[in-house]
Amino acid sequence: MFKFLYHYSSLRNFYFFSEKLLPFLLITFVCLVTYSIYGALISAPADYQQGDSFRIIYVHVPSAWMSLLIYMVMGLSSVSVLVWKIKLAEITLSAVAPIGAVFTLIALVTGSIWGKPMWGTWWEWDARLTSELVLLFLYLGVIALLNAIDDRRTGARSASILCLIGIVNIPIVHYSVEWWNTLHQGPTVSKFSSPSIHIDMLIPLLTMTVAFMLYCLIISLYRIRTMILVYDKDSQWVKNVITDNREQI
Amino acid sequence: MTEFLSMGGYAGYVWSSYTITFGIMTLLYVHTKRKEGKYLRWLRRHLASLEK
Amino acid sequence: MSTDTTTWNTLFILVRRDVLKTWRESADLLYPIMFFVLVTILFPFALSPEILVLKSFAGGLLWIATLLAMSISLENLFKTDYSTGALEVIVLSGVPLLLVGLAKAIANWVLSGLPIIILAIPLALSLGIDAFSLSILLLSLTLGSATISLIGTAIGALSVGLRSSGMLVIVLALPFYIPLLIFGAVATSNSQAGVIPEAELYFLAGLLALAVTLTPWATASAIRTRLS
Repeated sequence: MFKFLYHYSSLRNFYFFSEKLLPFLLITFVCLVTYSIYGALISAPADYQQGDSFRIIYVHVPSAWMSLLIYMVMGLSSVSVLVWKIKLAEITLSAVAPIGAVFTLIALVTGSIWGKPMWGTWWEWDARLTSELVLLFLYLGVIALLNAIDDRRTGARSASILCLIGIVNIPIVHYSVEWWNTLHQGPTVSKFSSPSIHIDMLIPLLTMTVAFMLYCLIISLYRIRTMILVYDKDSQWVKNVITDNREQI
Repeated sequence: MTEFLSMGGYAGYVWSSYTITFGIMTLLYVHTKRKEGKYLRWLRRHLASLEK
Repeated sequence: MSTDTTTWNTLFILVRRDVLKTWRESADLLYPIMFFVLVTILFPFALSPEILVLKSFAGGLLWIATLLAMSISLENLFKTDYSTGALEVIVLSGVPLLLVGLAKAIANWVLSGLPIIILAIPLALSLGIDAFSLSILLLSLTLGSATISLIGTAIGALSVGLRSSGMLVIVLALPFYIPLLIFGAVATSNSQAGVIPEAELYFLAGLLALAVTLTPWATASAIRTRLS
């Protein structure tokens, strides 16, 4: 397996491998997201308590999961950058950060919109929401640092350090806000109590999550591939790719 | 059909969530593609200037 | 154990160098202190001069003022050393970078944390905090400000020499201070209710222990990265 990873962590090999992968990913995404939207808005039965407003779950939860997943990807990339100095990891870090920030924002906004009919307020200072907000700032911090440093490689290394400090911070923030809430809130019903979810409601959620994962992968690949060309711009294979590209148009 | 659009009275909440989500995702896709084009043009110019 | 003595010696020399350097440019010394006082006195104007009202949020207020005031001093931590090339000399001289990171944090705490803690005494009393709560507040501030210095040094090292690094450092660092703020403010308000806030103080101490172990490594890594 390591041979596989080693082979594809070379920029050139990754570029051509992802080129073959993309059409398949795109088709699967379009099919899956159409099916999921149909499932979310039409075939899933309305919730007993919340009525149709619960359908927001089908965009809110996958977005939140993406925001966390992407942060883990960034964390792994950061380790790869600092320990092994892998160029592909540097590129992945800068490619994936804005996507994570976007999904964190979507999660916060849709969560807020869902909160109004469900709890009666646009915002709650509980552990999950507050940690998600802090996560947004961590993403923005990484993006800001990447933008501020001109040299791409140094920038990626600095951003990796920041990202890893952030990873340590997220559980600390989550825990401290949770603890703070138990002090300040009375004995309220847990707002995230999840009764066993009906299978008809669960399936669109799972398919939508996979669809979002595919979307993140597709956008990441576009961004990574572009950066690969820029990183290796003086090499022969990139020159060939660009001249081929030119002839196609 | 109207029943579908009104989403049991929660139309504002549900439709705004879905439009925001998929709207932002579309914008991100468009932005990514535009940037790709911009970088490709820049690389072509860079290549052309090297050949001179 | 001559290696131990040399390490402590090096640390002391590095700290002394930073403290004296800033001491001589006394304007930089005063900014965090003035900012701390100014931010604190803004709140009674904005909210209410009633002691009963002020008392209720005094702890949190002083904590926020501390966070902001100490963040101001972060930009200059590495700036002069970086621009004069002294930082490269230090790295090249073979001094363990872990010590450099730790020394910068200690110097920052001595120059901004310590004065703020001292100034917190009259300000807290003016906001209506009683003696017992004041002692808890000061204890929490001591533990917390040390952590702030440590984390701030790591983030300062990451952004040294960058465009608008002052604001960048503040914006990057503040999310990391949120747990400190929570525990510090709650410790103070609990002590005002008459309870000894053991749990909160233990957590602050724990976060400080975590910071002391991890941040010097991050600072060293950041310095090496920025100089390469």
